[in-house]
Amino acid sequence: MRHLMSPLDFSVEELDRLFNLANDIEKNPEKYAHACNGKKLATCFYEPSTRTRLSFEAAMLNLGGSVLGFSDANSSSAAKGESVSDTIRVISCYADICAMRHPKEGAPMVAASKSRIPVINAGDGGHQHPTQTLTDLLTIRSMKGRLGNFTIGLCGDLKFGRTVHSLINALMRYEGIHFVFISPEELKIPDYITDKLKENGITYEEVISLESVMPKLDLLYMTRVQRERFFNEEDYVRLKDFYILTAEKMEKAKPDMLVLHPLPRVNEISVEVDDDPRAAYFKQAQYGVYVRMALILTLLGINV
Amino acid sequence: MLNVGKIEEGFVLDHIEAGKSLTLYYNLGLDKKDCTVAMIMNAKSGKMGKKDILKVECSIEDLNMDILAVVDHNITVNVVKDGEIVEKKELVLPREIKGVFKCKNPRCITSIEQGLPHIFVLADEKKEVYRCKYCEEKYSQRVKTVVQ
Repeated sequence: MRHLMSPLDFSVEELDRLFNLANDIEKNPEKYAHACNGKKLATCFYEPSTRTRLSFEAAMLNLGGSVLGFSDANSSSAAKGESVSDTIRVISCYADICAMRHPKEGAPMVAASKSRIPVINAGDGGHQHPTQTLTDLLTIRSMKGRLGNFTIGLCGDLKFGRTVHSLINALMRYEGIHFVFISPEELKIPDYITDKLKENGITYEEVISLESVMPKLDLLYMTRVQRERFFNEEDYVRLKDFYILTAEKMEKAKPDMLVLHPLPRVNEISVEVDDDPRAAYFKQAQYGVYVRMALILTLLGINV
Repeated sequence: MLNVGKIEEGFVLDHIEAGKSLTLYYNLGLDKKDCTVAMIMNAKSGKMGKKDILKVECSIEDLNMDILAVVDHNITVNVVKDGEIVEKKELVLPREIKGVFKCKNPRCITSIEQGLPHIFVLADEKKEVYRCKYCEEKYSQRVKTVVQ
């Protein structure tokens, strides 16, 4: 039985198959409309995340399956002090597959070790968020036509931003990628990631100014500074509006550069950018559903 | 010169970095074992200037070599039987170390999940870097604590 804990759980070849399947789902949704009839997805969300949870639920419903679960730790047995290990043993009796989000890092891995059904890590603290990464990869592959040979800028909270950490880990396996890390000093990319890049001979640069690097980027991945990752409100207030992508800044970018964002967006992308054809973040949300559909089918071993 | 007598059976840990023997005493769980321990601190050493030595009288199976390797793999381990050194053991970095060091990341699942062992996995052999199996936090000797 397979689980998904990190984007690296799948080989590059397996990811290619997954993305081909997602693209086929995009083109022929009706072919997959009953693929999961009678199957149940449990969404165990120990911290609120409407977007990811709804994306998983939409994916399962599109496949003809059903969903059950909880969306906040207070409404679950965790509030009574039940461990993750116990919860997943029980959920294994109710559902065929489980998507778990947890504020503690490594919680889905603990669940997977005790589970009788496939577990998908739907985000664990500041650690990993593999389905967001699969979404990002599918969006890049579908819209750019390739995974590799580009310069990607990652901007905002690179310290706590799990989407960024997961994406970098996944992109490391493709050829010819140059990373540009754009962040304030306090939210710099952690050393364990730059260490890995150095070990693999992958080039990167760290800058503070977004404007200065705009012309060289093929992709710009914007992130939100997340309040829930800070222990200190003062730091959050000081850093939350450090970067704002505006139409003026977009003028400096290449005509085919794509802007990605895991959403929700707050102030970091001005709404005037939404109408720019290079703004890909809402299409990205749609690709998120397709890739989750492909993932559910793959983990359940269902061939259509 | 301070003299500490021979031990009959057990082990002598030599070339411990000066000042580290007390930490090692706790890391090896010697405070919980019923055995005689001699701790020699700041002994003169030709090689190291100053060093610590631990002499432990107990069954040799009681020594967790993995812990020693993680704390400092330059320590010399002499196994003693019938008052004589019968073997010098080489320390090898373990792939995984379980239930010895505690993950200090407050966001790690090990901070709340009952009965979950703290496990560190060797992530980089050259740099001797261990990371928490669950959250990938780097194990740092400076902030280490012993799981009680």
